Order: sequence, then C-alpha cells, then structure tokens
Amino acid sequence: MNFSEVFKLSSLLCKFSPDGKYLASCVQYRLVVRDANTLQIRQLYTCLDQIQHIEWSADSLFILCALYKRGLVQVWSLEQPEWHCKIDEGSAGLVASCWSPDGRHILNTTEFHLRITVWSLCTKSVSYIKYPKACQQGVTFTRDGRYLALAERRDCKDYVSILVCSDWQLLRHFDTDTQDLAGIEWAPNGCVLAAWDSCLEYKILLYSLDGRLLSTFCAYEWSLGIKSVAWSPSSQFLAVGSYDGKVRILNHVTWKMITEFGHPATINNPKIVVYKEAEKSPPLVLGRLAFPPPRAAAGPLSSTESKYEVASVPVSLQTLKPAADRANPRIGVGALAFSPDSCFLATRSDSVPTAVWIWDIQKLRLLAVLEQLSAVRCFQWDPRQARLAICTGGSKVYLWSPAGCVSVQVPGEGDFQVLSLCWHLSGDSLALLSKDHFCLCFLETEQGVGTAFGQRADHT
Amino acid sequence: MGDWMTVTDPESKYISQYTSETKMSPSSLYSQQVLCSSIPLSKNVHSFFSAFCTEENIEQSISYLDQELTTFGFPSLYEESKGKETKRELNIVAVLNCMNELLVLQRKNLLAQENVETQNLKLGSDMDHLQNCYAKLKEQLETSRREMIGLQERDRQLQCKNRNLHQLLKNEKDEVQKLQSIIASRATQYNHDMKRKEREYNKLKERLHQLVMNKKDKKIAMEVLNYVGRADGKRGSWRTGKTEARNEDEMYKILLNDYEYRQKQILMENAELKKVLQQMKKEMISLLSPQKQKPRERADDSTGTVISDIEEDAGELSRESTWDLSCETVREQLTNSIRKQWRILKSHVEKLDNQVSKVHLEGFNDEDVISRQDHEQETEKLELEIQQCKEMIKTQQQLLQQQLATACDDDTTSLLRDCYLLEEKERLKEEWSLFKEQKKNFEKERRSFTEAAIRLGLERKAFEEERASWLKQQFLNMTTFDHQNSENVKLFSAFSGSSDRDNPTVHSRPRQKKPHGAPSGSPVCTSKLTKSLPASPSTSDFCQTRSCVSEHSSVSVLNTTPEESKPNQVGRECTNQKWSVASRPDSQEGCYSGCSSTYANSHVEKDDLP
Repeated sequence: MNFSEVFKLSSLLCKFSPDGKYLASCVQYRLVVRDANTLQIRQLYTCLDQIQHIEWSADSLFILCALYKRGLVQVWSLEQPEWHCKIDEGSAGLVASCWSPDGRHILNTTEFHLRITVWSLCTKSVSYIKYPKACQQGVTFTRDGRYLALAERRDCKDYVSILVCSDWQLLRHFDTDTQDLAGIEWAPNGCVLAAWDSCLEYKILLYSLDGRLLSTFCAYEWSLGIKSVAWSPSSQFLAVGSYDGKVRILNHVTWKMITEFGHPATINNPKIVVYKEAEKSPPLVLGRLAFPPPRAAAGPLSSTESKYEVASVPVSLQTLKPAADRANPRIGVGALAFSPDSCFLATRSDSVPTAVWIWDIQKLRLLAVLEQLSAVRCFQWDPRQARLAICTGGSKVYLWSPAGCVSVQVPGEGDFQVLSLCWHLSGDSLALLSKDHFCLCFLETEQGVGTAFGQRADHT
Repeated sequence: MGDWMTVTDPESKYISQYTSETKMSPSSLYSQQVLCSSIPLSKNVHSFFSAFCTEENIEQSISYLDQELTTFGFPSLYEESKGKETKRELNIVAVLNCMNELLVLQRKNLLAQENVETQNLKLGSDMDHLQNCYAKLKEQLETSRREMIGLQERDRQLQCKNRNLHQLLKNEKDEVQKLQSIIASRATQYNHDMKRKEREYNKLKERLHQLVMNKKDKKIAMEVLNYVGRADGKRGSWRTGKTEARNEDEMYKILLNDYEYRQKQILMENAELKKVLQQMKKEMISLLSPQKQKPRERADDSTGTVISDIEEDAGELSRESTWDLSCETVREQLTNSIRKQWRILKSHVEKLDNQVSKVHLEGFNDEDVISRQDHEQETEKLELEIQQCKEMIKTQQQLLQQQLATACDDDTTSLLRDCYLLEEKERLKEEWSLFKEQKKNFEKERRSFTEAAIRLGLERKAFEEERASWLKQQFLNMTTFDHQNSENVKLFSAFSGSSDRDNPTVHSRPRQKKPHGAPSGSPVCTSKLTKSLPASPSTSDFCQTRSCVSEHSSVSVLNTTPEESKPNQVGRECTNQKWSVASRPDSQEGCYSGCSSTYANSHVEKDDLP
C-alpha cells in the first residue's frame, strides 16, 4: 500500500471524475485538475471566489463550481480550457447546484427553495421548476439519466413530479400520502421510487415509474421514524435505518420486510467476529488482511500504531447516552451502505458511534463488528469489490474485507486527520481528505505508481 | 362384702362410726350424725380402743363381740343356750371360726384395697397422661389458631397489595391512554400549527418570488463563451404533443422491460424449482416404490391408497408434458401428490429412526437380555457342576486316604489288589488316553466357539456400520438430488426387503453355535465378553468345569454304552447338561475308578522306581 504526497485542499472538495481519469480538488478559489494516476496537474482554473461545491458532469468533460455566497456557478471545460461559463442567480440566491445526467444542464436551487432553474449549456433555454420542497433529498435522477424525480410542496401537501430529463417535460405528478416528505430515491433499475416521511413518522412509500403506489411500509408508530435509506445495487433490497436502532430490509417482490437487524450494545453470538482497534505497538499482528504484503519497512513514521484484535465474545460496545430533550438525538441508524455486489451491508448506529456493523445479506445475519477507538466519520465501499474503507478523523484509514481487516497509518509529517475519503472508480486508489490536505492511497502495488510517489508506508 | 357395708343398724352406730373413722365412711351426713352422737362416748371409745379387753370386762367384751358378730351375720360365739337364764358358754370353736373368717375377710379386703389402690394409681397416671395430652393438644390448637390468624393476616395483606397493584396498573393504563391522547392531540395541534405557519410561509414565498422574479433582474443570466453540443450529438427537439406521447411510450417501454426482465427471472427460478420438484418426485417415487410390499403387508390403510397414487404418479411421470403445463391445472394435483409422498417419506424416516433407536437401545438389550439369561443359566449349571465335582474330588480324596491307610496296614491285600489292578491298569490307561483326547477336543471346540463369537461380533458391527452409512446416505440423497442414488435405492430395497428375513438367520446362527450363551445381540458386548473370557475368574472356573465335566463325561461314557458315547463325540453341540446328567449317576463309580487309576499309577510308578 502506497501513499502519494500530500496536496493542499480546502472545504473537503476533492472528486474523481466519473471516467476515473482525473481528480479535481479545490484550494480556496482555485480548481486543480490532476491526472488520477500520475497526479500531475492537467488544468488549473481560477474562480471568482471561494469554491463551496464542485461537481463533475457525467461525461467528465465539465466541472461545475458553485459559489453559494455570491449566488454564482462557474463551469469549466476540460477539453477547452479557454471555454468558460458563468451563471448568476442574482438576488434570488443559490443554495444548491447540480448537473443533470446528460451533462449539459445545470439545476440551480434558489434560496428559500423558491424555484429550481434549469440552465442549458446547449441552448439559451431556461426552464423553471416551481415549488421544490426544501428537504433532505428532494431531487433524484435515475441511473440511466432519463428521469428526474422531484419532491414538491404545494398547499401544505407533498407531491412528487417525475420529469423527462431530455426535454424537462413533466411525465407524472402525484401527491404522496406523507405528513412531511423527507426524501426520495430511485431504485438503481430506475423503475421504483422510494419516498419516506420525516423522522416524526415511520412511513416509507414505494411508487412505480408511472406513479402507481406499489406499497407502503410502516414499522411502528408514535416514535421517531426513518433516519436513513439505501437501495441495494441490485434493486432487490431496500434497507431502512430508523431511530429505534434497527435496519429493516424490504424485498422487491412483495415490498414486505424480510428481516430486521438490531444493533445491540453487547454481542454474544460467537459466530460474529468483533474486531477491536487497539492502540499498541507490539510486533504481534492480529487480523491481517489479504492486502498486498508489506514492502520493506519504511521506518517508524508514527508514534502510535493501532491494530485490530479479535475480541472474544461477549463484547459490550461503548454506547452514548442520548440527550432525550434535544432535537436530532444521537440515536438510530444514521448511515447505511450496500457493497457493490449487494452481498454486504455496512451500518453505523449513532448511539454506538465507534462501531461499524457489517451484515451478510445472503445469510441475513450480522457478520462482523468493527469497534474503533474514536467515532466513525465516514465509510465507503470499494466500487469493485466487497471492501470497506473507514475513517474516524484520526491519522489512520481502516479497511475491512471478508478476509479480515487492517488499520493503516497515513504517513506524512504532522498529523493527517482523515475526515473523509472517496474511492477511485477502479477501486485501486483512495483519496483521503483532511481539513487542509488530501493524499491518495494506492492499494495496488504497481511499480510505476510506487516509484513515482515516493512516500510509502506499510500497514501494521 | 356388700351387705357388710350396707349395715345400718341403730345399735351399731358407734361401731360403724369407728369403722367410718378407720375406713372411709360412705356418707358424710351419716358420719356427721354419728360424730354428734359419739362425742360423749369419745373417751370411752378411746379407752376401749386402747384396751378393748381387760381382766374385768372379759365377759362384756365377749358379749359385745358376740353381738357385733351376730349383727354382721356370724354365728354366735356362745353355745346354744338351753334356757334363757342360764349363762351361755363361750364356744371356742365358733370363736376360732369367726376369727379365721375375719382374717380371711381381712386378707380379702387388703387385696381388694391393694387392687383398688393400684387401679387408682393407674387411673391417676392415666389421668395425668390424658391431662398432658389435653394440655399439648390445647397448645397445638393454640399455635395452629395463631398460625391461621397469621396466614389470614398475610392473605389479607397480599390481597391488599394485589388490590393496590391492580389500582396502580389501572392508573398506569389510564396514564398511558391519557398520554397517547395527549400525543395525538399535540400531533394534531402541531400539524395544524405547521399548516398555518406553512401557509404564511408560502404567502411570503409567493410575495418574494414576485418581488425577485418580476423585477426583471438583469443579474440573473448566464454568460457562456459558446454553446456546446449536446452529449448525444442530436439537436434539441421542440416540445409538442408528440414528444409527450413519445415520452409516455418510452416510460412504458422501460417499465415493460423491467417487468419482462423480472418475469424472465421468475420463470427461470420457476423452471429451476420445477426441475428440483420433478427430481424430488422422481426420487421419492423410486425411493418409496420398493417399499410397496411392506406397507401392504402391514395393511396400512392410509399408505395403501397413497401407494396406488404413487403408481399413478409414476405413470404420470412418463408423460412429462404435464410438467410443462401451466401450474393452474396441475398445481393442486402436484402439491397433493407431493404432500402425500412427503408424508409417507416422513413416516418412513420416522420408522427408520425408531428402528435405529430400537437397535441402539432395545436391540442391544433385547437380544442381549436373552443371551445373558442363557448365559446366566449356563453359568449356574456350570457352577452346580463345579460344586458336584468338588464334592466328588473330596470323596475321592477321602477314599484315597482310606485306601492308603488300609494299604499301609496290610501289604498282602495291597499286593492282591495290585495284581488285581494291574489288569485294570491297562484298561484305565486306555481310558485315560481317550479321556485326554476328548479333553483336547473340547478345548479346541471351545476355542473355535470363542473365535466364532468374536467373528460374529465383528460381522455384526460391520453390518451395523453399513446400515448406519446407508441410512446417512439415504438421508443425504433425500436432500441433495444427485443421480447416484439409483444404487442406493437398490441397496435400500435389498435391505428393506430382506432385512426381516435376514436378521433372524444372522441372530440364530450364534445361538446355535454357542451353547454357553455367548451374547449375539451386540457386537460391542460380544467383543467385550470374548475379550474378558480368559481374564475373569468365572471363566477360568468355567474352563475348569469344562475340563472336569469332560473328564466325567468321558468316564461316564466309558461306563455307559458306546451308543451313548458316540453322539457325544460326534455331536459337539451337545449341551453340558447332558454331560452332567450323564455323569451324575455314575459319578461315584467314575470317581472311584479315576481315583483308583491315579492311585494305581502312583503305585505302579512306586513299584517301578526300585
């Protein structure tokens, strides 16, 4: 495992292009585009102000930089560096900006969610969509980029509009039986839309593309409801994490619950492997992974090393006592992610912030629990295989695969606090983001890469 | 005595008073009277008591006594007077008689008194006892009463508690209901408020929209160097009704595609399942058909009908086109037949399970018990024989000693006997050799028996293992559908068909072969027993008895007719009992002859030595 040198970064803005060739990162008002393999700078763009959001177009030809404070969006072309485009939302303000799937339209949401403006890069036409709902996830495109589903709020009622992306024509418009719609999400096959209510009520509705209500699911009443929702990549399962600390898996045939996964604070089943991160520096290594074997020891780069130990059951995990009298209590399943092969589900229960739970979807049971020393910030699956990368805001990155798990110290002078991470499309490299810097972690030991970027580290 | 007590003559007032003083008077009133009357006489009485009779008053006292005695019904102390005036003579004889009678009476009284006293004592002690008992019972009663009160109190408390808890529960329930209603009302209120707020917010938004958007904001604009081409290279199309229709079409196409894909998947899954079902059915049929005979023999009414169904199904199976029909028509039939077959299979498996458990539990014991009984009987017999043989040996020894003693006494007789025995010696030697040979034969036989037992045990074990493995395989084959089990089926049928016929032969063989009841039930047992045979003392005894018996039998054989001996030699399976029975009547003789032979031998050797 090799690490690149450390580059400057601001606002955690660092993204691989969808085709995997480039890596865009922001430093204050500058946008730097590098080659994803060699990390040589390909382009450098200067925006008018501090960049707050970047997004690659689907064809990796354009990059959108949103400057929310100024109500501006600047678009850059990778092929034609001299080409530029600036969209000013004026006094209406700007709170969100995103690409349409065709990469030729930009959807800007004005302040107070007054409307969504659709700007075209091909023609002068501008479309407006009124009444967008200000919610967690109100805009979603299908995977194939044909349709846009939009949450709306009119006359104190929730609606969903389905629009055809090619000409922004309204295809379907229907009201949803929700008190306060919190989010919508297309199934990966683009035929089913999941819509869920706000946390005050546990309710999830499933709509067909043509607007028919397929099913509704309500697990319980009178308590805080859904916190997170995730479709499996095969569209076969819908995982719903809720405030009662459980994940419920719905199937795509009957839309009924297959199973529910609780997140107990103590693990008694000896079949479950509990990896416990231990901060020590003994030569003994537990929980080794089938990652490439360590290259020659590069010397002690860090003072504290950590490793995983397989804890013997029963294990009791550290739990937080949630403040019951505050809004948004730290309980419930706050993060859910299916592995790309739909075989595993990683979850984090917010009342046990240091643990990541990995569930086997084929056997519908808990497979492993990773207990970290500090709270888990973010985790993401390798897009190619069942390999999960986790960061906790420390100077380490953690990887889990069915074969085991490993913690890797990020080399470099000073502390490199990994706050976020994102995988390269190929699963060969991983961008690790800290507050002011980022670096790349190459998981494949390719000679060229290894020699090009000097600093190496071996995993503990 | 009764009349003695009831005397109430006025004349004898003071006497009775006296008596009442000495011996408790019956009535206090009477004694009172007497006391009153006797007060002036008290002194007299005293003096009279201290010295009843003095020199002076002999006459008076006699007369007084006479009076007294007559009143008490005794004959008079005086002789019968002829005249009234004449002085009556004292009749000594009467006096003595009276005295005697008085003494007798006194003794009687004393006895009675004693009796009464003892009775009194007894009664007193009884009384005490009863009083104790009474006190105890009273105590018990008291304690139980107290206990009862305590329990009642506790009961009352518990009831109280229960009532309280009920009340609490009710209160809690009420509370819950109240809270729920509060929540509901709050929710409605919240929703209401939210709606109101949202309306206001919407109004504001609308206003803002108008303000912001209607100003013709110059700033809201897009500066672009040049418009880029569409990603698909096509030009944008006009929005018309056509495009709308096309969009609809496309949407439905997508949906249709999805449904088709899903249907295909479901069809594939269905086909797979059908395949599995078909295979399962086939295998079930092939599995269950060889069993047909057995259940029919058992005349199971339910399985009989089902088996006919199976036959039908088997026929059905040939025309496989039915399987490809849509499920609608075949479904019920199919599920029913599968269910039935499954039931049969289940019952069969259960039966097998039972059999296996029987084999494991009863099988061992059942046959084992029998064999053990045999074994015990046999050992008992053998022990008896040992006893007899020991007795025989004792008698032989005694006889030997006697003979030795006699032989020492007179040499002539011994010489005579010697010469007489020399004749016999040859015969005895012959007998001896024969005897030895027989012994050897018996030894050999015995060894072969043990070997056979061991072999049988091993065989049985192997059979058990085979059976277990077969069962396992059978079960596995039921779950996994590989094509191997045609062989297994054969195996199974072979087993199931002939197991009952096979088993008796297997079991009967050891019974025939092993007369001393080597266990044929379980391989483990047999092996254990055969292994422990040489070590255990009982078996060594057994060996001894065997040899002993063989000796005796040979002797007896020699003594009896050759017709009898022949079957003994040829028929090796002949039981010991026969031998012992045969030996018993002539044991004395045999012993004697055996002893004599040994003695003779020694004697001969002695003779030969010098």
